[in-house]
Amino acid sequence: MNIDSIQNGVVLDHIQAGKGMDVYKYLRLDQLDCPVAIIKNARSGHMGKKDIIKIDSPMEVDLDVLGYIDSNITVNIIRDGVRVEKKHLKLPRKLVNIIHCKNPRCITVAEPQLDAIFLLSDEDKHTYRCAYCDTEKRRKL
Amino acid sequence: MSIRNLIDITDLTVEEIDQLIATAEDIIENPVKYQDACAHKQLATLFFEPSTRTRLSFESAMLALGGSVLGFSEAQSSSTAKGETVGDTIHTVSCYADIIAMRHPKEGAPYAAAQFSEVPIINAGDGGHNHPTQTLTDLLTIHREKGRLDNFTIGFCGDLKFGRTVHSLVNALSRQSGIKFVFISPEELKMPDYIKETVLDKDSLPYEETASLEEAMPDLDILYMTRVQKERFFNEADYVRLKDTYVLDPEKLVPAKSDLCILHPLPRVNEITVSVDRDPRACYWKQVKNGKFIRMALIMKLLGIRV
Repeated sequence: MNIDSIQNGVVLDHIQAGKGMDVYKYLRLDQLDCPVAIIKNARSGHMGKKDIIKIDSPMEVDLDVLGYIDSNITVNIIRDGVRVEKKHLKLPRKLVNIIHCKNPRCITVAEPQLDAIFLLSDEDKHTYRCAYCDTEKRRKL
Repeated sequence: MSIRNLIDITDLTVEEIDQLIATAEDIIENPVKYQDACAHKQLATLFFEPSTRTRLSFESAMLALGGSVLGFSEAQSSSTAKGETVGDTIHTVSCYADIIAMRHPKEGAPYAAAQFSEVPIINAGDGGHNHPTQTLTDLLTIHREKGRLDNFTIGFCGDLKFGRTVHSLVNALSRQSGIKFVFISPEELKMPDYIKETVLDKDSLPYEETASLEEAMPDLDILYMTRVQKERFFNEADYVRLKDTYVLDPEKLVPAKSDLCILHPLPRVNEITVSVDRDPRACYWKQVKNGKFIRMALIMKLLGIRV
């Protein structure tokens, strides 16, 4: 199978196998007008299998969203067919309007126009808590 | 200078809490010294949920400091009844007042308010979440009764799930040394996991959970009783089933220590019989009185006023 290499754009590598479409949806890549390729189950030295997403257009990837989804993903920035930058992700300390609180007693449920803010509470367990009501949210892709 | 708010008890350092207690104790000894401390300052008390003690103690505190008060005591008498958001209400009130104390039935409402306010926000209780000024009141009372804030066993009894005063006090005491916590509740009203995980387990602090007040009683230095709160239940049948799980009466106090300190944030319903009021170990009416003095100290601190 041939997937053209891209000239100017972004390659999201080391996505957990089978999760490429979820990343695609979280980043709202369906709204892009440029070619986007999702490669599923590509062979990987240390992962066995992995998914890859290639976006054939320069764009700002929301690293907070991506870090929350899977901090093992690497973001490669391509210029003139050459990788000029490789970004490693980490779990963001603060998430704004990425996930939302489900606690019916939380003010953000009653007033959804408020920013949904979650703060990292346990890095090892990938746990976030609503900044308003402390309700827990474990990272789940 | 950035605005200081009190949304969660951990917004204050241990040292700041010690200073507030020291100021409150000085106010008790020398009230005249503070009578004009907040002259020409205005406190807004915005109570979207009913209250007797908290609202009146805030208002009494501001008046005793020489300031004035405005506000409302139920959401129906504000534009909230017309659908106004917390943000817009706070934006409006912060144009008229120098400091705001707010109570709201929704958890996190004061955190939301702080995003829109140009003056300090004090959380006077947000749903079943937090109640940091009650915690300051509790700490002042413990300090005055025990002479210290460390090295004791404290039992929390009743509704530990929705008991916002319990959550805030456990958080505050977790920063002191030598505290042993005993959580006494029915299964349905146990301490939330997030408090146990983020406050107690994180620092390996000792705690026990039990359903028996009688078994826990002999070991306690402080007993913190709470009301099962009807307003926190979505299902009234659950409330009716659980409301009288614990009733403290003179008989249950027989095996207790002679210097036990009994606290309750009030209001009470049936969980402490009136006959316990005559026991010298009952400290909840002293708590009510202390609430005014610690709030005086807090208002001065957040307004940056020193006497």
